[in-house]
Amino acid sequence: MRVFKGVWFFLVALFLAGPLIVVAGVSVNEKQSLTFPPEGFSLSWYGQIFTDDGWRAALFSSLLLAACAAALAVAIALPLAWFLWRRIAPWANVFQLLGVAPFILPPVITALGFLTFWATVGAYGQPWTAVISHAIFFVTLPLVTLSLGFASIDRSLVEAAATMGADDRTVLRTVVLPLILPYLVSGYAFAFVLSLNEYIVAYMTVGFTMETLPIKIFNALRYGYTPTMASVSIFFVALAALVFGLIARFGDLRALLGAMPSDGK
Amino acid sequence: MRREPPRAIGDYAPLFFPAVMLVVFFVVPFSTMIAVSFFKRDQAGFYTPDFVTANYERFLSAFFGGVLGFSLMLAIMVAAVCVLVAFPFTYLLTQSSRRVQTIWLVVLLSVLSLSEVIIGFAWSTLFSRTAGITNLLVAAGLMAEPQALLPGFGAVLTGMVYQALPYTVLVLYPALVRLDPTLMEAARTLGASPPRAFFNVIVPALRNTIVATLIMVFVFALGSYLLPQILGRPQHWTLSVLITDQAIYQSNMPFAAAMAVFLVLISLALVGLTLLVGGRREASA
Repeated sequence: MRVFKGVWFFLVALFLAGPLIVVAGVSVNEKQSLTFPPEGFSLSWYGQIFTDDGWRAALFSSLLLAACAAALAVAIALPLAWFLWRRIAPWANVFQLLGVAPFILPPVITALGFLTFWATVGAYGQPWTAVISHAIFFVTLPLVTLSLGFASIDRSLVEAAATMGADDRTVLRTVVLPLILPYLVSGYAFAFVLSLNEYIVAYMTVGFTMETLPIKIFNALRYGYTPTMASVSIFFVALAALVFGLIARFGDLRALLGAMPSDGK
Repeated sequence: MRREPPRAIGDYAPLFFPAVMLVVFFVVPFSTMIAVSFFKRDQAGFYTPDFVTANYERFLSAFFGGVLGFSLMLAIMVAAVCVLVAFPFTYLLTQSSRRVQTIWLVVLLSVLSLSEVIIGFAWSTLFSRTAGITNLLVAAGLMAEPQALLPGFGAVLTGMVYQALPYTVLVLYPALVRLDPTLMEAARTLGASPPRAFFNVIVPALRNTIVATLIMVFVFALGSYLLPQILGRPQHWTLSVLITDQAIYQSNMPFAAAMAVFLVLISLALVGLTLLVGGRREASA
């Protein structure tokens, strides 16, 4: 059993890591060629992300888009999750369903919906349309983490605060918000990382006016490969691993992903 | 503070902003798309309002039948492979220490969040002639000279399994991690070997979870829009790729919208059908 487990884990790990190892190898090639194992060693392709105007601009637009979209997603999800937790209003679950739907449907559908919508209202290509589109597309993530967060609050705490005379607003500010802060941060982080990597919605909304990093990589793919694409990919993997690692370090990642909170093992 | 129904109109205030945003920017765009699918294509601009069914009639050709059949077949294969690999893996993962679980979850989330562009690029590098795994085989003396393993069906399938595998594990994880450990203990006490207990107790107990996961991964795989394009030949293009192609490169939005509506209907129909079959089997069992 133990041997089987080891072999199974190793094979899955190899499968998941394989392409990334090759890309990491390619990214340190000394010359502009995609060979593996790499010839020579150089980190200059990583420097290129920041020194080359095109790549740097793409990186900054991606970061800005992700930061704004994730913030807007949280701003939509927080009042909704709070209302669903605070009030008994079964019909309001419709909005929860609406919040989850864009994530469950094939992404092309949501993307095309945005494309037709922005084209119809005449805002096609404006950078802010991508922010709203991404916020709606990823609102599921903060909605799910925040719903989990609210569910984890011990209602007797809130009851106690209310008995002592705190009104809704005070309870929200002094009891509820501090308790769900970790869930809020993780919801933001999930939306941020996914927005950073998102291609099709960004492409269909602002593909011809603004280059995010995934769009730039895809455009570069069509005109020939460069090691910079490899270094950008590894940079993104590292960034995602860092963010999720931080969530795991300061929060309970297992509970966020569905395990019972604090079941001992 | 107990949950209570809203009494005053002011109690609804928190719902206002989320409701407006979701309706204006999700319900309206979705409806716009359905409307556009009945519009007429305008060569100069995007489209002209009209009511024609020509966009839908174009499906009734052997070409689209073939694309649809291929898309469904590919998504079913991806779902089957992913669940076969992920189910034992996730079970073993939930039997590991919290620390090991957390590390794996970070890895899985990192891979899951990867852009399809990056996954496509990574696998096209791995399968390429200059930087591919065949170089390792040549170095090991198993092969005469390196060769490209793409474009081809195998490359598309591998790339899509790679994309969907972390998703599959994360969908299975909550059900498996909450599984009552006494189930396994009882089976073991009664003398079942671990594999026997796994196949005769764990798998049947989670039959519904497995079916639900298959459906979710299937829909997820249907949505893959770039990998068939990067790793495959035109005959490996799926409905999602064609939608993107029509909307962006052929600028035929009404036709793309019609295909998208069709894709939604197909996904919903298959999900409903599977649920129906599952429910009936459940009732007779």
